[in-house]
Amino acid sequence: MGAGHAHRLYRHGHSPVHALPPHTKLAAVFAFVLVVVSTPREAMWAFGLYALLLAAVAHAARVPAGFLLKRLLIEVPFVAFAVLMPFVAQGERVDVLGVSLSVNGLWGAWNVLAKGTLGVAASVLLASTTELRELLLGLQRLRLPPLLVQIASFMIRYGDVIADEMRRMRIARESRGFEARGVRSWSVLAKSAGALFIRSYERGERVHLAMVSRGYAGSMPVIDEVTASRAQWSYALRLPFAALAVCLLGWTL
Amino acid sequence: MDAVTPSLEVAGLAFAYPDGHQALFGVDLRIARGERVALLGPNGAGKTTLVLHLNGILTGGAGTVTVAGLPVGKRHMAEIRRKVGIVFQDPDDQLFMPTVREDVAFGPAASGLRGPELEARVRTALEQVGMEAFADRPPHHLSFGQRRRVAVATVLAMEPEILVLDEPSSNLDPASRRELADILRSLDVTVLMVTHDLPYALELCPRALVLSEGVIAADGRTGELLADDALMREHRLELPFGFDPRSVTMGA
Amino acid sequence: MHVPDGFIDAPVSVAAGVVAAAAVTVSLRGARRELDERTAPLAGLVAAFIFAVQMLNFPVAAGTSGHLLGGALAAILVGPFTGVLCVSVVLLMQGVLFADGGLTALGVNITVMAVVTTVVAYAVFRGLVKLLPRKRRSITVSAFVAAVLSVPAAAAAFTLVYAIGGTTDIPIGKVLTAMVGVHVLIGIGEAAITALTVGAVIAVRPDLVHGARGLTAPLRLRVGGELVDAPADEPVPVAARSHRKVWLTGLATSLVLAGVVSFYASASPDGLEKVAADKGIDAKVEEHGAADSPLADYSVQGLTGARLSGGLAGVIGVGVTVAAGTGVFWSVRRRRPSAASATTGAPRVGESA
Repeated sequence: MGAGHAHRLYRHGHSPVHALPPHTKLAAVFAFVLVVVSTPREAMWAFGLYALLLAAVAHAARVPAGFLLKRLLIEVPFVAFAVLMPFVAQGERVDVLGVSLSVNGLWGAWNVLAKGTLGVAASVLLASTTELRELLLGLQRLRLPPLLVQIASFMIRYGDVIADEMRRMRIARESRGFEARGVRSWSVLAKSAGALFIRSYERGERVHLAMVSRGYAGSMPVIDEVTASRAQWSYALRLPFAALAVCLLGWTL
Repeated sequence: MDAVTPSLEVAGLAFAYPDGHQALFGVDLRIARGERVALLGPNGAGKTTLVLHLNGILTGGAGTVTVAGLPVGKRHMAEIRRKVGIVFQDPDDQLFMPTVREDVAFGPAASGLRGPELEARVRTALEQVGMEAFADRPPHHLSFGQRRRVAVATVLAMEPEILVLDEPSSNLDPASRRELADILRSLDVTVLMVTHDLPYALELCPRALVLSEGVIAADGRTGELLADDALMREHRLELPFGFDPRSVTMGA
Repeated sequence: MHVPDGFIDAPVSVAAGVVAAAAVTVSLRGARRELDERTAPLAGLVAAFIFAVQMLNFPVAAGTSGHLLGGALAAILVGPFTGVLCVSVVLLMQGVLFADGGLTALGVNITVMAVVTTVVAYAVFRGLVKLLPRKRRSITVSAFVAAVLSVPAAAAAFTLVYAIGGTTDIPIGKVLTAMVGVHVLIGIGEAAITALTVGAVIAVRPDLVHGARGLTAPLRLRVGGELVDAPADEPVPVAARSHRKVWLTGLATSLVLAGVVSFYASASPDGLEKVAADKGIDAKVEEHGAADSPLADYSVQGLTGARLSGGLAGVIGVGVTVAAGTGVFWSVRRRRPSAASATTGAPRVGESA
């Protein structure tokens, strides 16, 4: 989220996945993750197949494996949590290298790791093939309340502006010899946060004036309409449908 | 539109903020079609308050504002907001959409324009400020000068009767400043330019108004006003060091 | 604290999604009532602010640092409805853009982090503001207490969701202990920073603090062409008295919270601590995703008994609460004279000096 946080995950390209309308991709990823989450954890092979499916998508989107794997690091805190589970959970226990572990906890850890990783990988693929603005249009197309989409788009638009202001304030603090160290500096930092809030709010009011000056009356005018053809929908939905087939097999086998 | 109807006419405009602070004490001014006028004044003279009256964001005081013969009021608000294009001081406030193209399209789309007509309008406006190559860029990836030009385009796309610029030269480097001046000179619209930048006013606007303590204190040829030392001093307007308005023959 | 996919089972995730959608819908209406057509730009900017402020690191001792979560701050500054919207939008964007928090867990995340935090913080805040004397300091104090409660409340809400739809069979008491215990500590950091930030805003633009709208500005008289404050008709409360009240509130709060923690800690004697102790695994374990949160690396797993460590957590909790609270109010009090001189001439609220 640092400098240029606006969209660090996006990777410019011209693959068929990039070209898909954003709402089809959003729907596909969401359905895929839902299917993955619904899969019984005992069907280990199913998760292998899901990973293969995602690998196929990554290949089609020309997203290199290294890029994808590096972005998976965001998951690390949960890995730590999952590692704890075998120690904490109740029930039958097994001895692994002299350590008593809960069977149930082992399954739980596997469950969270497998599903969490697949979920993050799917989200990363979505974010790396879809531009920010497209994502917002896609969300709007998927019937997210327009006001929510507007708030999100203002947040994205001004995230950088406000982060810049914050950076300037930090430089100003440090130029005057301030060093953030320990709890004693909280009051100074909180004052900066307060000043940042006031600036943000006042900017919100000025933006509103600028909008009203150009004829805004409560709703955003429709400028871009994204549409998807039947072919595009069926292309995008191949992922969740393939996953659904795997999932059903997982329940029946 | 006949040449007799002024683009902007303000008569007896007085206004106090809800907290009781009175900013305008009877402003009278008249700007003819096609004129380029500078509005000069010290900080706190009421310049911004006046600007916000021109498109009806602030109302409720005494007096009238008329834009191209249309009184500013609830009845014609949409029409007024289309006719009066305000370019705010900070382009980041003005450019609130994710891309330059959408931002320029915002105004015309809000007034109901769609499809190819909208596209044409956006293209023309961006061409007028020389920013057509940046249509699909997000505004925060542009330089400050470029953002200011796009801000002008967002307003031009509404084909306004009068263009109101709030401190257009602030924070611009000399090259961007000159580019913006060239753009403003090339436009065929009425311009009201609110500024502290006296040389810029002289360069672009043949006529100037001095707003001081909520009233128009002077109205005349920019060169003559700037050369009037007593007037300048009285209203806390100072020319940059070494700048002599008598030696400049621009602004006509 | 962003919950990933697979942590909560599908039916409960969907149910939480429905709850979140309903809460967001209500908030959209409420925000429109509060801000009318200014909703989109103002809420958007506040969301951007929350987003930015989560990047602002507050150093804790010994090289660790934490950051603000912002739910309580949003609720107090812009009101509960807009607050829920802002935090929800931040979570939505983090999920979609940064893969931070699972897509299927979005409902859980919004319910726990946006709705519970904001609503609890706002309810506590308003309640306290009504009870405490109408002064600027009361706002800061209420903000502290509201924030300190909002974070463990969210943790408790998460535990509830986990109890219904958790995918691993961990005793709920233990989850609650871990979650609430850790989050009490996080909450203290959150609270200190929230209170200080609200204090900073109220010193400059009291009109912008939604939760403080009840406080009216002192009337001013025009005397000989100069504006002077009208004399206040209510006597200024004695500083020591209000100070004691602050202490009592803080102490009571932390005792209650610590009690909950200790109770559950000792109610589940076969905890993680015991396993760790028995097997000699006393390596320091990161217990929680928010590893960079204030004091999150604090852990008592290495100690000999579950009951003891549970009780110790409570004691430490109280100690830290009191210490942090004292520190905060001490610095607030010390700040006041300079703050007062800095704002001379600007319209002020609750000036009592």
